[in-house]
Amino acid sequence: MSDAVHSHDAHGHGHDHHDDHHDEGSHGSFGSYMIGFGLSVILTAIPFWLVMTGTLADAQLTGFIILAFAAVQVVVHMIYFLHMNSRVEGGWSFMAMMLTIVLVVIVLSGSMWVMYHLNANMMPHPQMEMDMGSTQEMRLSNDMSEMP
Amino acid sequence: MSSATANAPMEPRAYHLPEEPHLHEGHSTMLGFWMYLMSDCLIFAILFATYAVLGGSYAGGPGPKDLFDLNLIALNTAMLLFSSITYGFAMLAMEKNRVSATQGWLFVTLLFGGAFLFIELYEFSHLIHEGAGPTRSAFLSAFFTLVGTHGLHVTFGSIWLVTLMVQVAKKGLIPANKRRLMCLSMFWHFLDVIWIGVFTFVYLMGVLR
Repeated sequence: MSDAVHSHDAHGHGHDHHDDHHDEGSHGSFGSYMIGFGLSVILTAIPFWLVMTGTLADAQLTGFIILAFAAVQVVVHMIYFLHMNSRVEGGWSFMAMMLTIVLVVIVLSGSMWVMYHLNANMMPHPQMEMDMGSTQEMRLSNDMSEMP
Repeated sequence: MSSATANAPMEPRAYHLPEEPHLHEGHSTMLGFWMYLMSDCLIFAILFATYAVLGGSYAGGPGPKDLFDLNLIALNTAMLLFSSITYGFAMLAMEKNRVSATQGWLFVTLLFGGAFLFIELYEFSHLIHEGAGPTRSAFLSAFFTLVGTHGLHVTFGSIWLVTLMVQVAKKGLIPANKRRLMCLSMFWHFLDVIWIGVFTFVYLMGVLR
């Protein structure tokens, strides 16, 4: 779909300051939009169908599957609707996107990881209830020493 | 020697390129707008992280299973997806310099965007009416913040869409208007990408847990 655009871009790097970014004009074609739309409909419908009918008994498995579908659909939207590739704007858009993805992964996984452990540590433990006095103090000192 | 240098006819010293680069107006707008979208993406990442952390704190109140109506969300998702493809058609018409076709598709996009907002506001008012407003629990605070911020983006996108329709009606498809329409195109498709995260992570995963 975008072969013509790619080859044009390759020429664009040859110019030094007359590079006038005609590649901005790449909007895809009717066909590419319809492919993107068709894929999106399928990738949206299947997760909704899975959850609404409860076809898979295992909720965790269903969760992983719908997350995978979402990830694929994001990529489909990026390619067919946002026309993202590694050559737009001389690769700077792609670099910015990569940095954003790295930051998003750190923010999301970091928050969930830290808060999960915090919640787990805040849960009342069975041995705490057995001997409230000394064990709790020990646990507190343990927690303090575990902190980085 | 020093005086000779000082008295020599001074050559104009240029500390910049003697010939300025011929960058046409708005040559960096697309990249700049993409940067904005990426920073917006980080805002949503933070809101998603907040929801991930607080999403299980119901404070004894209703959870996602009691509150979310997936039929409504499926309809909402369809509205946003249709608006994305119709915006795409508007861009294709714009490339061919067809003003009325562009305006027509933009109007259809506006209708779908409006339908999305209408359904979302209906859902919100329904939740608040049921006593599941943003003040009910940490889960609902995080939910309203995340989904509400997305809805606010769609609202501003719609206002922008109307503005551009007026601009195109007044001045036609001049290069500046084309550039603006391309920015809004990125914005609109970007909001659809965020919505994929919302319906998967908030609604579908919420009903699953």
